[in-house]
Amino acid sequence: MILKGKIWKFGDNIDTDIIIPAQYLAHTDPKVLGSHCMEPVAPNFPREVKAGDIIVSGTNFGCGSSREHAPIAITALGIPLVIAKTFARIFYRNAFNKGLALLEADIYDLVRNGDEIEVDITTGIIRCGTKEVTAKPIPPFMVELINEGGLINYLKKKLEG
Amino acid sequence: MGMTITEKILAAHADKDRVEPGEIVDCRIDLAMANDITGPLSIEEFEKVGAKAVFDPEKVVFVLDHFTPNKDILSAENCKKIREFSQKYKIVNFFEGGECGIEHALLPEKGLVVAGDLVIGADSHTCTYGALGAFSTGMGSTDVTYGMVTGRIWLKVPESLKFHCYGNWQKWVTGKELILHILGMIGVDGALYSSMEYSGEAICALSMDSRFSIANMAIEAGGKNGIFPVDDKTTAYMKEHASRPYKVFESDADAKYAQIYEIDVSKVGFSVACPSLPSNVKDAGELGGTHIDQVVIGSCTNGRLEDLEMAATILKGKKVRKGLRCIIIPATPAIYGEAMRRGYFQIFLDAGCIISPPTCGPCLGGHMGILAKGERAVATTNRNFIGRMGHPQSEVYLAGPAVAAATAIKGTIARPEEVL
Repeated sequence: MILKGKIWKFGDNIDTDIIIPAQYLAHTDPKVLGSHCMEPVAPNFPREVKAGDIIVSGTNFGCGSSREHAPIAITALGIPLVIAKTFARIFYRNAFNKGLALLEADIYDLVRNGDEIEVDITTGIIRCGTKEVTAKPIPPFMVELINEGGLINYLKKKLEG
Repeated sequence: MGMTITEKILAAHADKDRVEPGEIVDCRIDLAMANDITGPLSIEEFEKVGAKAVFDPEKVVFVLDHFTPNKDILSAENCKKIREFSQKYKIVNFFEGGECGIEHALLPEKGLVVAGDLVIGADSHTCTYGALGAFSTGMGSTDVTYGMVTGRIWLKVPESLKFHCYGNWQKWVTGKELILHILGMIGVDGALYSSMEYSGEAICALSMDSRFSIANMAIEAGGKNGIFPVDDKTTAYMKEHASRPYKVFESDADAKYAQIYEIDVSKVGFSVACPSLPSNVKDAGELGGTHIDQVVIGSCTNGRLEDLEMAATILKGKKVRKGLRCIIIPATPAIYGEAMRRGYFQIFLDAGCIISPPTCGPCLGGHMGILAKGERAVATTNRNFIGRMGHPQSEVYLAGPAVAAATAIKGTIARPEEVL
């Protein structure tokens, strides 16, 4: 699957309190959560980001709390993918469980905010202008889980079967 | 090649003789927990899959501790949703109101976690229970739903980092100062996906309360779990609090570690994590003169009796600096009651502190002590991210209870000897 979109760059250690501040955690409506995504560092982000745009970050993206509100807020804005050098582990599981794709690649210094980027999710090949980088492959176990339609679909089939 | 304590607990729960770092294992769980923030999402997923029951009504726990006593209508609705779910599915360990405390202080105190257990919780600080020699880790609501329904969870076996600690502790220095010191050393992703294992004479010298503080902040280094060997103090704690049988696992002498750190605790001073990362650590002595508007002593990291005792010892006969708010939050009703019986409450009230009911409250900027633009807090909590305790332009300094209490008196960041 090929994704094309504009890049939004965020630096290292983007924590879940930045992705969705705790004051909004009593909400479960994805639209409300999306409307406050990245608010502490980029208050205009929810209004300016377009569906299909892609977040590019540095190390340890998603560190901090276990709140699933974080990947929910990102996907609510129509963002299908985050590319980062590394991800925090709880966020990594949560993102795949919530249908947000993640790729590990060190492209932060190679791209600019607003650049158009093209990503083949299956092969991990990332193209931005003349630059091409291959992301670390998604672990086989996660690929299996994705092919099952995610953890909840897997569980549903298990309960029905 | 031998195995680490973490590998042994995972192997036992996967019914395997051994496991290797990097391996994906399907494990039995002993407990699955969620709170008033993560619980509603877990329940939504539970309903989506059409589950008819939880795997064991005694092994599913809900703790309504974050935005409680309900801070607004939405929080009240979320608690109501969990209350109704708990009634419907006959959840035994549902905690709210006067029975409720901060989850990671409450569960060990109620004897719900013992050595050798495998616990998952929809809260990142679930790693706290490693202090008991259990494997515990935080996950999202969806993963915890999977655990609540099936009694199992998939896990990637982590590599282990060993922190071997020796030497004598300085007066007033606790587990909190050590974990902040370690965060300063290895950074907020220094233990990414890894297990943080503690050992050595200086660890045996620590109280259980201090061990809980250290295990609690494994996540702040990106760690999967923090874990301690079981000793006399652990077994005494379990004897006092739990009736379930426990199982002691020990790391083998030839277990494999990705890295071993040697730490002389006599060199650990009054570590303070400056805004806006828990790894941005300096000594309180370097931060003298930093004006502070609010002090918070509480949370799943430092709301236990040892923390309140230390704060009371320093605040006794003193006054909180005019213009500074000092909020004390005993983590559980039992801690609250004991602090009251020991006379700490009178000391805190005489000093001009506010005593809050048990709640996560201000730690995550929820309620009961939110910061305005430009305000600064010293907190015994676990995170100082941008906007963590309120306005994005407010700041949080993380410290242990002694520095927090001394700062409340002085009005600027202070070491205890500056006020005693």
